[in-house]
Amino acid sequence: MTTLILYALLKIAGFVLGYVMLTATLLTWIERKQSALAQDRIGPARASIMGLRLGGLLHIPADAIKSFTKEDFIPDTPNPWLFKFAPVIAFIPAFVMFAVIPFGPGDLIISSASFGVLFILAVTGISVYGATLAGWASNSSLSLLGGLRAAAQMISYEVTMGLSLVGIFMVYEDVNLQNVVIRQGSNVLNWGIVTQPLAFFLFLAAVIAETKRGPFDVAEGESELVAGYFTEYSAMRFAMFMLGEFIAIVGVSAVLVTFFLGGWQVPGLEETGGWYTVLQVSAFALKTWFLCWLQLMIRWTLPRFRYDQIMHLGWRILLPLSLLNVLVTGIVLAIIHG
Amino acid sequence: MTATVKKVERVVPDLAMKAYVPAILEGLGVTTRHFVQNLGNLVSGRKKSKRGTEEIATIRYPDEKREYPPRYRGHHRLMRREDDQVRCVACFMCSTACPANCIYIEAGEHEDPTIEKFPVRFDIDHLVCIYCGMCEEACPCDAIRMDSGEHTKPKYSRTDQRVHLVDLLERGGPSIAKQGGRFS
Repeated sequence: MTTLILYALLKIAGFVLGYVMLTATLLTWIERKQSALAQDRIGPARASIMGLRLGGLLHIPADAIKSFTKEDFIPDTPNPWLFKFAPVIAFIPAFVMFAVIPFGPGDLIISSASFGVLFILAVTGISVYGATLAGWASNSSLSLLGGLRAAAQMISYEVTMGLSLVGIFMVYEDVNLQNVVIRQGSNVLNWGIVTQPLAFFLFLAAVIAETKRGPFDVAEGESELVAGYFTEYSAMRFAMFMLGEFIAIVGVSAVLVTFFLGGWQVPGLEETGGWYTVLQVSAFALKTWFLCWLQLMIRWTLPRFRYDQIMHLGWRILLPLSLLNVLVTGIVLAIIHG
Repeated sequence: MTATVKKVERVVPDLAMKAYVPAILEGLGVTTRHFVQNLGNLVSGRKKSKRGTEEIATIRYPDEKREYPPRYRGHHRLMRREDDQVRCVACFMCSTACPANCIYIEAGEHEDPTIEKFPVRFDIDHLVCIYCGMCEEACPCDAIRMDSGEHTKPKYSRTDQRVHLVDLLERGGPSIAKQGGRFS
């Protein structure tokens, strides 16, 4: 029993704190540097310790020190408790998502619950509470509008998100994420992105909208809402929103990898155990990093959608397409299985 | 007279445009190309790409400064003779030509009879100067120039912006123009 608990704690420490937190922290720098290079700029390069700059990598500790030492301003609000708690609510769901994501073969999953997919959908569903409550508790019209937009966007895209995964359940006949990965196998032609290409695009669009990042970042919308739902936040609470956003990026990347890119599967590698497992865990890490990179690239390529365009896209294009995907998948499966 | 009306064809989005995805992929291609190119330059320490164009235009200002073009009219300077004396003969051509009246010259008699006059004082008020370059044009003996390549720096007081003979000579160098004033 004790060893089981220790093993679970080790998995949590290694995967969530080691991999996810490291990636999310690095993403705060990568986002600035990558966007700079994509736009022919230099990007962060000023922070230095005794002349050592490391290409701006030292901005990460500099930001941390700044966030911890800055004044934590709380505006005149009737809900100060809610105001203080909202960043935590935004922060935690992004973390909890990793509980059901298999990062390696066998028992390399924190909780191999059979309801894995439903858990992910539920957790992404509550992640909007942080934004909405922050907007409500800030007692500011800009924040409130940002929170409302976040909620409306979440409701619109959650439908597509769930429905685009239905095709995956139908093909792989399971909702446990480890089983989904195992059924995808080491054959690339059997991975989700090949068997469900439309669902991949729909899910990608939906999760980018879920993470409230460009081109779907109307909830922040600095051209009209200053900074949206976290306008009134400063210091570490603001940093928690930002870090939560980056963890959510890693989270949705991991989910995308699990459903559509074969999870930890290495193409052509059937065996597990020993060094193969190490290889497979690194394959998962690399795939997730690639999708993080892709999401940042999308964010710095596309201009922000207008609010009505987002609603139009969500309800009148993505939703019918995801329903169509389910229908076509059903027909094809019925034909194949006779 | 009738107004000329130009009819602009309205772009009717076809299915490829409405589908977003091709355009998004194209845009991703552009940004990725720039990203990869700049990352390669950054890692290899190259400043210019293979095409010979400088990709990143940013200048890290306090560390590196943009060079002014050679014809930039900046801080004045007074050129020197071969024996390091001031070339200026205090003829007042520059202060006469100056549209802003910012040049103040006080002439003195030179010991050398072939030189006759030289400036005892030569002040330029940089707060009044409009950097038109007329003084350069007017000077008959290539004494005053504005090609120092530096702009006038901000100072804490108005009187500090009045630069004197010493400052002007400090920036000056020898001129290759022949001085003597005699027709051959």
